[in-house]
Amino acid sequence: MERVPVLKIGDILLVSIQIDMEDQVALQLQEDLADRIVATGCHGVIIDISALDIVDSFVGRTLATIASISRVLDAETVVVGMRPAVAITLVELGLSLPGIRTALNVELGMAMLAQDEPEPEPVGGEEEPVATS
Amino acid sequence: MSDRITVASDQDVVRVRQLVRTAAVAAKLSLVDQTKLVTAASELARNTLVYGGGGTVELISVDNGRRKGIRIVFADEGPGIADLDLALTDGYTTGGGLGLGLSGARRLVDEFDIDTKVGEGTSITVTKWCR
Repeated sequence: MERVPVLKIGDILLVSIQIDMEDQVALQLQEDLADRIVATGCHGVIIDISALDIVDSFVGRTLATIASISRVLDAETVVVGMRPAVAITLVELGLSLPGIRTALNVELGMAMLAQDEPEPEPVGGEEEPVATS
Repeated sequence: MSDRITVASDQDVVRVRQLVRTAAVAAKLSLVDQTKLVTAASELARNTLVYGGGGTVELISVDNGRRKGIRIVFADEGPGIADLDLALTDGYTTGGGLGLGLSGARRLVDEFDIDTKVGEGTSITVTKWCR
């Protein structure tokens, strides 16, 4: 079975999905990421899906689950690089991915996580962060 | 053109996506329509595998005289669907998923027909036309 690599860059784990994932591969990624967050103590996860030409409900749900697991493990997830046609299709499918933070590309995703850094951990978790300054 | 694939594993679902993508490009569907059709095919092929216990997917090129399109038939000999209205409701699932596969796929295609009999199986036919 193929595996999606998880790269550590500073305080961030970067995952770039470059293959059409079988369901098992997506589940494996979920486990690998949880392990790596704990092993590295990273506070941010970026998942780059710019190479994916579709995101179906299974992959969508996996992304949402990864974001929830990361949050429980004290890391924030940002999904980046979604193609416009994928966004249109996902919403029509009925998946608007609530609770997932997104950015247009890896650079903006990293900037988003860097902004989080000095802020104390939000108590409620779920809500989108509010600019305090 | 007609192409038939057996769906018996996760890998076959990936194969269905790839073949539908190739057919959608060849039929000159727009990028958004390609994406919608491949996504719908992915949902339905997974259903064939997970709920139908495996089955077949057939790709057919269609032409109604005015427009060209792609028709895909997902067939299984699984348990069938007892309550179709319920199965087509957003959020309803018996498999632990999100319950968007069937209802979501229906929104992504132009035509959606479902033929199911409890104990005999399910056959779902979807069509996407070029604009």
